[in-house]
Amino acid sequence: MSTHPTKPMAVLLPLPDILRNRDAHKLPIIRLTWWHGALLCALLLASATIADAASAPAKAGVFAILLRWTPLLLSGFGLNILISVMSMGIGTALGAFLGLALISPNRPLSATAWAVTQFFRNAPWLVLLFFMIFILPYHMAIGGFTFTLPDWVKAVIGLSLPVMANVAEIVRGGVQSIPKGQWEASESLGFTRHQQLWQIILPQAVKRMIPPWMNLYAILTTSTTLASIVGVSDVVTLAAQVLSAEGSRPDLLAPIYGYVLVMFYLYIYPIAWATRRLERKYQVRN
Amino acid sequence: MAEPLLSIENLHKRFGQVEVIKGVSLTVGKGEVACIIGPSGSGKSTLIRCVNALVPFEQGSVKVLGIEVNDPQLDKLRLRKHVGMVFQQYNLFPHRTALQNVMMAPIQVLKRNKHEVESEAYALLKKVRLEGKEHSYPGELSGGQQQRVAIARSLAMKPDLMLFDEVTAALDPETVGEVLITIRQLAEEGMTCVLVTHEMGFAREVANEVYFTDRGVIVEHAPPATFFANPTDPRTKMFLSQVL
Repeated sequence: MSTHPTKPMAVLLPLPDILRNRDAHKLPIIRLTWWHGALLCALLLASATIADAASAPAKAGVFAILLRWTPLLLSGFGLNILISVMSMGIGTALGAFLGLALISPNRPLSATAWAVTQFFRNAPWLVLLFFMIFILPYHMAIGGFTFTLPDWVKAVIGLSLPVMANVAEIVRGGVQSIPKGQWEASESLGFTRHQQLWQIILPQAVKRMIPPWMNLYAILTTSTTLASIVGVSDVVTLAAQVLSAEGSRPDLLAPIYGYVLVMFYLYIYPIAWATRRLERKYQVRN
Repeated sequence: MAEPLLSIENLHKRFGQVEVIKGVSLTVGKGEVACIIGPSGSGKSTLIRCVNALVPFEQGSVKVLGIEVNDPQLDKLRLRKHVGMVFQQYNLFPHRTALQNVMMAPIQVLKRNKHEVESEAYALLKKVRLEGKEHSYPGELSGGQQQRVAIARSLAMKPDLMLFDEVTAALDPETVGEVLITIRQLAEEGMTCVLVTHEMGFAREVANEVYFTDRGVIVEHAPPATFFANPTDPRTKMFLSQVL
């Protein structure tokens, strides 16, 4: 006799539950393999060879050009990493609270958290980014201190909002993935809800949250290039500047952006690899 | 006769439109063992979940040591200190060792001294014959061993009443016996037990009273000798002919 069906038929659920379930796995899962990298390198090589063949022999080779600009491009890429780490940190901290609010038995609290989560998960990231760039003032005064908010900091804040909402969903999903029996057993032993959550449920759920959380970070890292659209000097902005400094040669377009792609690949591949390993590990053991 | 340790009167429980328990009454005296048998879906598990307030019910009365469970002001903690429960799926905490599983509730819920609880926990695990497995994680134990840890974990709260919800149903046949031995030992020590079970032989041996439920009602109840030898209701007869 099952009093609580574990996998209810979706059509029989009340509307809020349908809304809840529909987007449960909306984010794409980054599945990078080594041959993605090999393919990228091959394309970079091919485009460089074509560019070399197209240009006059007197001009510097494509790899010499790439090498010359590497320090600049890397500094831009460093800003992408900085933005990703900071928005991930802020988004995770806020998202953890939001996720706990989502699973709260307090209906008004969980309903509010649900609305916030849905809004920021479904709003386009670029729109949120633009919104923050224009809504936040350039100068801020807090308690007599005036400080400036450069665009990249606004980008951090803008990107941390969708991260927050997605982390909240990861927290909710992780908690709900723990079998109901764990709640029942701890409840019948007299644990309070607070004790159940922090002593029994969350220690098990956190393990299951780590792979999707890392996947979210990989997605966020690629999305930091959105910051170039709002004027932050990230690696994509700098790549465009490099291109114009080299006389806007159309044959250099593919090698330079291909080079940027390789940078992202080299940074994200280890994360995707580790995510897959952890996923497999935690799938087997309960 | 003294007041029974557990008394259920006219209990009704519905899930949405479906009434799964339709007016059940039973009493269990101190030190008695009641076995509830019946086909799947007859409301057995729901019935014992109502006893420790894991499942709310609409109508009727459940009293454990005089504590009325059907009371909006119910102090659930007070109730659960008296009632232990063991589940079909063991539900051990997989991130804690066997010993920690046993120790958690007395320390955190009863706020007892850790050293005292620890020595009791060792003794309890010894009692369920799991000496040497104290520091194993649930994943490293067999089903029968996990279920005995679960029994020890409930006993650590020093309950007056133990509820067993089909505790051998998920076990391999060869490990069923070791769990039943532990339960029998408890019954012989005078623990009041309510068991939902499919183990007819076991019910016949340890029960003081056997209850047969079907479709949310108690069809028939009697001491095991009478119950198994001379069932009166046709539904009981048919069920027994299928399982015996």
